Amino acid sequence: MPDLGLLVHLAVVISIYGILAISLNLIIGTTGLFTIGHAAFFGIGAYTSAILAKLGVPWILAALAGIILAGLVAFLIGIPTLRLVGDYLAVVTLGLGEIMRAVFKNWIPVTRGPMGLPGIPHAAILGLRFDTAPKFLILSVICLAIVFFIAERIIRSPFGRVLKGVREDETAAQALGKNTYRFKMIIFVTGCGMAGLAGSLYAHYISYIDPGSFVMWLTFFIILIIMLGGLGNNVGALVATTVFVLLREGLRFVALPEGLNPAALQQLIFGLLLIVVTIFMPRGLIPERKITYDRERDHAQS
Amino acid sequence: MLKVENLTKNFGELCAVDRLSFEVTQGAIQGLIGPNGSGKTTVFNLITGFLQPTAGRTFFKDREITGLPSHAIAQAGIARTFQLVRVFRRVTVLENLLSAPKAQRGERILPGALQTPQVRREEREQLDRAWDLLSVVGLDGVANEYCGNLPYAEQKMVELTRALMTDPDLILLDEPTSGINPTLVNQILDYIRMLREARGKTFLVVEHDMRVIMNLCDRIVVLNYGEKIADGTPAEIARDRAVIDAYLGV
Amino acid sequence: MDLFAQLLVNGLIAGGTYALAAIGYSMVYGALKFINFAHGSVAMVGAYFVYGLAVSRLNIPLLPAMLLSMVLTALLGVLIERVAYRPLRQAPKLAPLTTAIAVSFVLDALVMIVAGADIKSFSLPAQRGYKIGPVYITPVQITIIVTSLVMMVAVYVLLNRTKLGKAIRAVADDRSLAEVSGMDADLVISAVFAIGSALAAVAGALIGLDTNLQPTMGFNITVKAFAAVVLGGMGSVPGAIVGGFLIGIAENLGVWFIPPVWKDSIAYGILIVMLFFRPSGIFGKKEDTQATVL
Repeated sequence: MPDLGLLVHLAVVISIYGILAISLNLIIGTTGLFTIGHAAFFGIGAYTSAILAKLGVPWILAALAGIILAGLVAFLIGIPTLRLVGDYLAVVTLGLGEIMRAVFKNWIPVTRGPMGLPGIPHAAILGLRFDTAPKFLILSVICLAIVFFIAERIIRSPFGRVLKGVREDETAAQALGKNTYRFKMIIFVTGCGMAGLAGSLYAHYISYIDPGSFVMWLTFFIILIIMLGGLGNNVGALVATTVFVLLREGLRFVALPEGLNPAALQQLIFGLLLIVVTIFMPRGLIPERKITYDRERDHAQS
Repeated sequence: MLKVENLTKNFGELCAVDRLSFEVTQGAIQGLIGPNGSGKTTVFNLITGFLQPTAGRTFFKDREITGLPSHAIAQAGIARTFQLVRVFRRVTVLENLLSAPKAQRGERILPGALQTPQVRREEREQLDRAWDLLSVVGLDGVANEYCGNLPYAEQKMVELTRALMTDPDLILLDEPTSGINPTLVNQILDYIRMLREARGKTFLVVEHDMRVIMNLCDRIVVLNYGEKIADGTPAEIARDRAVIDAYLGV
Repeated sequence: MDLFAQLLVNGLIAGGTYALAAIGYSMVYGALKFINFAHGSVAMVGAYFVYGLAVSRLNIPLLPAMLLSMVLTALLGVLIERVAYRPLRQAPKLAPLTTAIAVSFVLDALVMIVAGADIKSFSLPAQRGYKIGPVYITPVQITIIVTSLVMMVAVYVLLNRTKLGKAIRAVADDRSLAEVSGMDADLVISAVFAIGSALAAVAGALIGLDTNLQPTMGFNITVKAFAAVVLGGMGSVPGAIVGGFLIGIAENLGVWFIPPVWKDSIAYGILIVMLFFRPSGIFGKKEDTQATVL
């Protein structure tokens, strides 16, 4: 009989990673912007929220600050990069990930560097403190539900239609009069802000963060998840998140030959898996949901 | 409606378009032809803002549009199709069409995600328009198919119909009949003519197929090596010495 | 003033290594319009090859070790292109970028498993530097800069004086045109990857000599090589060289003004600034960088 505490913990992790997956899916899956710095925004949200909360700021405001700061950084790097060929965004976000890690590690007066930030206060809304794992699960699931709902609404809206147009053929979208730069910027900031929310949740759940939590590998893990779940398909993303979080947990218990680095092995396996999946199914395992219209009924269904 | 003045485009030392000037009057179906490499698509890209001219000016409905970005020019009322069809492949035909209309309230993220009553009303209106346009060209049967799954000719029709959804005044067609079965070509030409008669659209058409151009256009501008070598009615062009030389090419 | 000169020299040395890494990057981008994220990790593997051949049991002297590593890494590069990029030529741009990242992780993981995650160094005996004017320069540093320059000359000769070089430039200019005139573009592309990877191996080994080795050095090299290429102009080999040197100099002079822990971020800062003001770089063409491609 699996430990209930462990299950609750995994559920929290799944909901936090789920937010990361959905937000990245909006950027990469729906809009086709290849970014590989999501861990950086996760980290910005986490550190901002943690630092402010430790200074006494109520969680809601601290989390909001994390979201806004993540969005702001996204905006700043988006200004030059979103007008350029897609590869630039990829490398710039890669570098951002490295820069933020350097910031977390070296800006000691603020982030305490490699020693990390312990003692992060519990999340609380109007006096209700989420100080146990089951209580926090409620909070994280609600946040996940909100993010999922918003993401689905965006995808189905005319705004989301333009995003797909940008993904499919940005030139054609511009020829239709769409200011594609504006659309890309808005979704990029939104997605990165959501990652900031996930960061805040993470910080207030684990109560301790250090630079090592926000490494490139995390971004890669999320990319793997959305590729397997199907680009643009948020239900698929959630399923894949569950599978992979459980898989990663399960790998911890697999007996390994002496001296074999488990983290490296995981990286190797998942890396190869992503290569194979991408080559054979470049849009991911589960296709995007198709939006269809019935002439008689005259409204969208899918 | 459209006036191009001394339009010039240099790519380093290569002069792709050289002091080109011509006009397109409202309601005309005008052709732009020339041998391979004469700069026709470059002219389109210059007019529609996908390339910035090295020199020269472009005017649309008496307003200068030189140097404006491509989306602004499209917003002003110029639509275009592309030589190699550019539809949104992993999106349905209807969604392709619905993404086209300008100034949709729902394209702002907040009203769009909230699905305000105004957004829903606009969606219904555009949906009606889209269904109508698809019926006219006989594509309502594939309205919910992914555009990438359609045969090439149908994709071209979707691209054209999508351009119409922006309610443009001027439509630039880049080789609308290339890659199309000869039997379907006439249908497309009829469609273009109908759009001019019934809906008052103006067309500027780049084409390779001389019979199509002669058949379809009121006026023709002929380019060779980026320069205008002739400008007149099909009859005049057919007799023009310079045009004949250019095409037979010595 | 002396310090300035010393830092400048250090910068040139580091810059040479970045330039080598950047050339391979630039060549691949020129031929395929594709940013090879795995490039830094390939350089890292090349460095570890040299380390493995020279320092541990086999004890091969440095020069043959480098040459051998170049060959092995070139093969690795060709293999990666065949397996991870070629099948995705027609797929949306996202796909090869994704596999490139994945390849990078796979390489990093393999090296971590085989060689361990700890920091390794070539542990050369401490050497007295030569004093040339106001600056000290050690034999190792001389080796580094000489090797870099030799490789650059070799690349120049290859690209401009050989048939293969001509083919590479043709494919970079216009692949369909090159194919139509009878060139086997696939072969040329494999050659580009082979050459670029061999250069990366040398770059990685030299960086390892200049500093040290660890499996995670790949990303760092990728970002710096990319910064060099953006600075110099995408697709331009001379640009990559100039960019590399400039980044090296900027990094080493930069630590005069800011705390050394931020040294690695200088390259990234330059990248961001370039993207704001002149994304096409010093020698690049503006049209190549715009988001809408005709």
